[in-house]
Order: sequence, then structure tokens, then C-alpha cells
Amino acid sequence: MSERSERPNKPATDNVKRAAETPDELMPFAELGMKQDEYDRVKEILGRRPTGSELAIYSVMWSEHCSYKSSKVHLRQFATKAPKSEALLVGMGENAGVVDIGDGWAATFKIESHNHPSYVEPHQGAATGVGGIVRDIMSMGARPIAVMDSLRFGGADAVDTRRVLPGVVEGISHYGNCLGLPNIGGEVVFDPCYIGNPLVNALCVGLLRKDQIKLATAPGPGNKVVLFGASTGPDGIGGASVLASATFEDESQAKRPAVQVGDPFMEKLLIECCLELYAADVVVGIQDLGAAGVSCATTELAAKGTGGMRVDLNLVPLRDPSLLPEEILMSESQERMMAVVRPDDIPAFMAICEKWDVPATVIGEVTDTGRLVMTWDGEVIVDIPPGTAADEGPVYERPYHEPVGQAALNADTPDRLERPADLRATLLQLLGSPNLASKEWVTSQYDRYVRSNTVLAQPADAGMVRISEVMAGAEPTTRGVALSTDGNGRYAKLDPYAGAQLALAEAYRNVAVTGAKPLAVTNCLNFGSPEDPEVMWQFAEAVRGLADACRTLGVPVTGGNVSFYNQTGATAINPTPVVGVLGVIEDVAKRVPSGFVGDGLRVVLLGDTREEFGGSEWAHVAHHHLGGLPPAANLEAERALATVLVEAARRGLLEGSHDLSDGGLAVALAESCLARGVGATVALPGDAFTCLFSESAGRALVVVRPEAYDEFASLCGRHDVPCYGLGYTGGSALVVEDEFSVPVEELRETHSAALPALFG
Amino acid sequence: MSAARVGVVTFPGTLDDQDAARAVRLVGAEAVPLWHADHDLKGVDAVFLPGGFSYGDYLRCGAISRFAPLMDELIPAAKAGLPVLGTCNGFQILCEAHLLPGALTRNASLHYVCRDQKLRIEQTATAWTNSFAPGQEIVLPVKHGEGRYVASDETLAALEANDQVVVRYIGNPNGSLNDIAGIRNEAGNVVGLMPHPEHAVEELVGAPSTDGLGFFTSILKKLVNA
Repeated sequence: MSERSERPNKPATDNVKRAAETPDELMPFAELGMKQDEYDRVKEILGRRPTGSELAIYSVMWSEHCSYKSSKVHLRQFATKAPKSEALLVGMGENAGVVDIGDGWAATFKIESHNHPSYVEPHQGAATGVGGIVRDIMSMGARPIAVMDSLRFGGADAVDTRRVLPGVVEGISHYGNCLGLPNIGGEVVFDPCYIGNPLVNALCVGLLRKDQIKLATAPGPGNKVVLFGASTGPDGIGGASVLASATFEDESQAKRPAVQVGDPFMEKLLIECCLELYAADVVVGIQDLGAAGVSCATTELAAKGTGGMRVDLNLVPLRDPSLLPEEILMSESQERMMAVVRPDDIPAFMAICEKWDVPATVIGEVTDTGRLVMTWDGEVIVDIPPGTAADEGPVYERPYHEPVGQAALNADTPDRLERPADLRATLLQLLGSPNLASKEWVTSQYDRYVRSNTVLAQPADAGMVRISEVMAGAEPTTRGVALSTDGNGRYAKLDPYAGAQLALAEAYRNVAVTGAKPLAVTNCLNFGSPEDPEVMWQFAEAVRGLADACRTLGVPVTGGNVSFYNQTGATAINPTPVVGVLGVIEDVAKRVPSGFVGDGLRVVLLGDTREEFGGSEWAHVAHHHLGGLPPAANLEAERALATVLVEAARRGLLEGSHDLSDGGLAVALAESCLARGVGATVALPGDAFTCLFSESAGRALVVVRPEAYDEFASLCGRHDVPCYGLGYTGGSALVVEDEFSVPVEELRETHSAALPALFG
Repeated sequence: MSAARVGVVTFPGTLDDQDAARAVRLVGAEAVPLWHADHDLKGVDAVFLPGGFSYGDYLRCGAISRFAPLMDELIPAAKAGLPVLGTCNGFQILCEAHLLPGALTRNASLHYVCRDQKLRIEQTATAWTNSFAPGQEIVLPVKHGEGRYVASDETLAALEANDQVVVRYIGNPNGSLNDIAGIRNEAGNVVGLMPHPEHAVEELVGAPSTDGLGFFTSILKKLVNA
């Protein structure tokens, strides 16, 4: 193999001087995903045509993925409707939001999509999704402490799911395990609507001292700009604009080289290196390199700092020396960070990087010119006001209207569906269906123990991590953080407003059942094409619903991500807002474990059950039906329930708990039995079918010591939370009086056999 | 008397070092951080080689770490009797360094596996298992993609004949020959195992078991009685 340092037909590099002299030269803006009017605006900003490098910067920075140009007008509601929260330290707009969790600690967390890359190349697509979100958390000054993944695939028995799912799981497993971050939860959902557009949403949470928050900013003229981490190669070029924002037609094979390749070993070194840099106080501002790579980091840092920056692109360390400046600017090579460092601190900065074998290079410095200027071979190839690329991208008020057929969909209620005669068989049918079956096939491939702080992990309702040995010298605390992600595309299809609220309500409830107080929200909004007014309506409704619900529940949105164009041809996925909620528990020793933890405990159902089967698992599994309306989202009741759960946990009244959601009480009872192999005998407080399988929101199952029941019931009474004693734990079967009995062993076999049967 | 000092080694890519150090402290010993690039064992009484993906597991698990400057000191010290425990990646490094025979290869399932694993203690005549009863059944987490123990027929026969199999799987998670989860050298001071005792030392976190404590109390007992 011969070394190729020069391309045979390498074009002469376009520069600013040349651009001024050749105003009419045709630039490939359309190929880079830019519309004519957007291109015209660039020309207006610059007063000339852009150079190739400038076009590269604007095209990626103004892509849907980076600029949120279709979603911005709606997302503003998360700020305008935000509830007052004293916990919020850093809100939307930074790499990730930061919340005060007490005792001087802050938590930062965010969820982000890597959907399109994970369809093209499942392993690397999912792996780099984890890598990217972890760097977002690092760049806030935090130590990442855990990850979660919310995954959606096509039908479980579809041929392509057998390609995509194992690849995605392996990618997350390899990258996350190698990084040394426990994977503490998430979701795995199957639905035919995701067959050509799987959803891979990765969440990371990190901890920092609240007075040590780092921001993406480049202040102080004369300060040095350091690029550190992996060298830059040709991976992911055009990824931001081509991959992340364009609909797949059928040439996805041709897009393969656009997916980035991850090196988790380098990322692990970067984590430890960054923490040491922060501890030494040698970082003024920092930004990770994700979508749009150097373009994004330089424009955003400069725009938020003094306003100017000078960069010599020849100094960027390359893995492929034939890269052109446009490609260096667009490359999405992984495991790279950019820091702003005082000149006096450069030796200390470099020494720490060297200790961790992390290459670091000064590539430029901060200026007060208000311009981002880049040179290549001595010529100026970029000279732009950075804010115009970073913050002043186009904003679209996309037209939207209710989908044709939405009314008919809502009118086709599950009332017409035949109710089952055999409830025992229905329970087993649901429990063995891919969406409700045990996800151990997936989660056993993730390390949930590393760092030895994992208090709760899958299949618990929420993951929980104690705060211990995060960084040297920090005071010990008894506190911990809990996290859950939830979403339901079927509910959102029936009613995107309610669907988004129900997703929030479920994540909020899942955090509360562990005893943690919900504090803040992140979201990943997965939708079809914003250019389709029906999709845009779903999006607008979902955002409105989520913003309203956050206000009612008192939990602000701290950040998140929008993923559009999840559609193949004219068919979009079900609208799928995925919501992550972070909570805090004052004493992790008081965490409430999942399910039935021992014999002789009183089984108590909290919340009201109505006949609500629209979008339910039962309708889906037993009748392949989707119609009617989703369960009502009663947020006041949801808030009261959480108050009771958190207070009861604090008083030590709860031995175990479990949220009621997909599959209703029947599935919650079965899962509670499976947690520790403990059976139960219960009586139902109403119509058996409705009691068992309705998916009314705002409900939870708890177990309490019989002697603690009265105190617990009076607590429920005080908060108007309906409370029904159903029976007692014990024995080796789930017995529903007057209805059926299933041995726990039979539940386990049914529950655990489904995924291995499908995926080996 | 000063506390027993147990060195915990960090290579680039080591992950369970913090966990191991915490477990060492839990039993009342002092955890001494050892850095891969130093030619210095800091006079420790024993060494714990934790799990992780040292050097990204590139080339072969443990193959690069084995050449780290610290290993130049550790290998002769271990041969001279210094107690050494390697878990997971640490076990792989001990095999690569030929302090233990055999090798760890890709799991038979070809998948990484993280689960709470039932095990049987086969040998208590080691620096790291003397607190257990022979035949005692315990639960520790396993979490690895390359934990399938293999060795030649002769080596296996010798391991069995010399009572060098220290821990065996009950329900083999990875296809290891003879259900081997951990072995010792002939002298009994060097032990390698795939399961993770450091993740099973506290009720609140990690595996639903505190059986891992036995490995740490064993070394303490050994050092105090020495």
C-alpha cells in the first residue's frame, strides 16, 4: 500500500481573496443541503460569495440538526412556560443543563439522538451516540457517572431488526463498557413504524461541584485555542447536514462512509484528562466536537466569548494528510475537545494531556476583532462574524395542520374490540410479547456495576446512582440521583399533546417510585419530516403538551435534542417524544427497591383506574389495533402521587414499589413477582379486565409492612391519592382471587424466553 | 502496627481501580495508587490488578499492559512471593505476563455478559481466598466479553492435579474449560479470576451480595499473620 499524502486532482484551495475576485463562481450549496434563500443570506452577511470553507461552515451550522431552524419557534415554550425552579443552574442552550442537587453538588444530564447513523451502521452509529452525549456532559465540567439508552426498532420478528438491534446493542455495549460508565436503564420498544428509522436516544448524567461549572465560551483576547484528543480524519464528513437531516431514499449504502467511527479508549482517557485539567483550573472555556466538528466548536466558542478567534487550520493534527480544509471543518471524527487556555497555563495543560497520552495542539487564539478568521497555507480561507453561523441561522415557521384521518383515528375506539374470556392467557400473552418481555438479552450486555455506585439499575423503574468519590477532595454526601426515560409513540400518534405529557408523567412517576424527588427534564423529540405539515402539527402539539406539563409538574426542561426526518418516503414514524427525568434522593439508603421484596407485605394500588384502552399494549398485542384516545394525563394527580411516594420513602414506609404503565396492573403485578421470585394473592377492586389491563396514568403499586399500612393510608388520604389494599405478598404464585393463578416460575419462563428466541 | 498497604494499579483504560481501592479501605487496609508508567511499587504489601480495558484491549486483552514499566517491577516481585490478585482485565494481564498459565478468549456466546454469577470456592490455600470455606458457594458479578479460560490439556491437567483451580462457575457463563473462573500460581500468592469481588462488598450498591469481601479480608489476614 502506498502512502497517499496528496490527492491526484486536489483542487486549489478557495480563499477569501479569490472569492472577492470571482463573485459569480457557482458554489455547491444545494449539494450541501442548503436552500437558495439560505445561500443568498450568507452572501448578504459576507458581502461576497462564501469561500468553500465558509460554505462548509454555514451549511453544517445552518443544517436542521445544528440550527433547530424548524423547531426553534416551538421550543421557545420550554423557556416561556418554564416553571420557577430554584434548582436550575444552567438552562437550555449550553451543552447540557445543570441542576442543583444539594450539598454543593450539581447534576448535568442530557439525551440526544443518533437515529440515522444507527440505521446505516448500527454498531458505530450507536457507539458514537454514546460517545457524543458523554462529551457533552464532560464539557460542562462534570464527571460522567452513568448512561441510559432509549431504543426503538421495527417489528421484533422483522428481518432487518435482526441486523439493526444486535448491532446497536453491541455498539452501546462496547463503547459504554469500555468507557467505564454504568448503564443503568432505558427502554427497548418494537413497532413496525420504526423499521426503516430505528431510534437510538442516548442519555448521560454527570456530577460536578456547583461552583465549578464550565461553559462553552472563548473570552480573553490572547488566550490560546487548544484542540485535544483524537486526530482528525475523513469520518462523518457532511454527517451533520447530509446524514442527520436528510430523508433516506434507497442509497443508504452510499452513505456508509459518512458514519463516524468511535474509539472508547481515547474517550476514557479524555474523561480522566479533562477532570484533571478542571481540577488544575487551567481551562477558561471548553466545547466538545460533535456534529459539525471544528466548524461548530470554533463558531460557538467565539460567538459566546469575546467574539473573535484566529485559527491556523494547517495545525489541526490529521489522521489522513490529504484532507482539504473544507473537510477538516466538517469532519465529525470522534473523541475531540476544544479548550480555551490562558497562555501562562499552556505548559500545565500540556503536561496533563501528556500524562494521559492525549495529543493536544494549540491551533489558534482568541481575538477581539469580532471575526472568526482561519488560514490555510498562509491564505485567509474563512473570515466571518461567528455569531452569524452559530446563533443567527434561519428560522422557519413551518406550516402545520391536523393530519387528514386524525379524527377518524380518534373515532375508532377500542370499544369495538372483543374482550378476552381468559384473563390468565391474556396476561401471559402480554408478558411474552416483545415490548413487555424481559430485556435481559439486551441489558446483560451492559456493565451496570462499574464505579460501584449503582443503587438501582434495569429492570428497576428508574436507575439510581449514589454520589461517592466523584472527584478527589469532595465532601461525602448521602445523596443520590435517579433517572428514567420514557416515551410512547402509539399514545403520541393518537394525541401528540397528551402523548408527550404521558411520556413526561411516566418518567416523573418512575423517578418518584424509587423515593427520589423529580427535579428536571431533558427530551429527545423524534419525528418525521418537518416539511410535512401533518408531521409539523404532531411536533407542535407535542412540544406544547410537554411545556404545559412541565409547568404543572414544576420540572423545567434543561435541554435536549430534536430529530426530524425519521421517515422513509412519505411514511413517518409515530411521533415519539422521549422524556428523561432526573430526581434527587437525600439519602440513598432510603431508596425503594422494585417489586415484591419479601413475604407477608401488604400490596397496595395507588391511583384511580378507568376504562382506558386506546393505544394500550392489550389493543396492540391482542388486536393489532391503534385507535381512540390515549389515557387521560391528570397531572395534578400525578404530582400528588409523587409527593406521597417521596414522603413515604423518606419515612421508611415503603418496602417495594413499581410504576403502572404498559400492560397495566396485570403486568405490574407479574413484574413485581419476578423481581425477587416472590408471589402474591390479590383481589381486584372492580371489573377484572379493566382493573388488570387498563393503562390509566397516575398509578403505582407499593408494598408496605402491615403495621405501617395505616400511617401510609392516612398519608395518601391527606394528598387525595386513592389507595386500595389488594392483598398480600407470599407464596410461589401470582393469585388473582376469583380469576386465576400463575406460578412465578411460569411467569418467568414466559417473560424471559421471548427475546432470546428472537435474537439468539 | 500500620495498616496493610495494598497497591491498586491504574493503566490507561483501567476502570475498576476506584472500586478496588474502596473495597481495600472497607476492610481496614490502605489502598495505594500505583501508576502504570512508574517503575515503583511504593513498597506495598500486596497488589490488586483491577478490571477494565487497559490500552483499549487493542492487539489482545492485556497484551500491551504486560509491557508497562510498572510490570517490570511487579513480575519479579510476584515471582518472589508478593501477593497479587488480578480480576477480569487484571487476570488477562497476569496470563499475558505468564504469571499464570492459560489465556482468556472471546466468550462462547460472542456477547459481552454482565450478570450475578454463582461460583464455588475450590481452593482456600491462597493469599486471597483463605477467609472462605472450601466448597463455599458465593455470588459475584461477572462482566466481560473475553473471559473464556482456555489452556492446553497438559496445563489443565496440571492445574487440576496441583489444586490450582481457585474458583469455578456454577452455570458457566462463557464456555471456560473445566468451568474455571479463577486460578492460582503454584505458590498460591498470585490469583487471577474473571468475576469481580470489588463489586460485591456493600449491601446498597453493586451485586446483591457482599461475598466479595472475603477476598479482601483474606489478604488482610494473610498480611497480618505474615
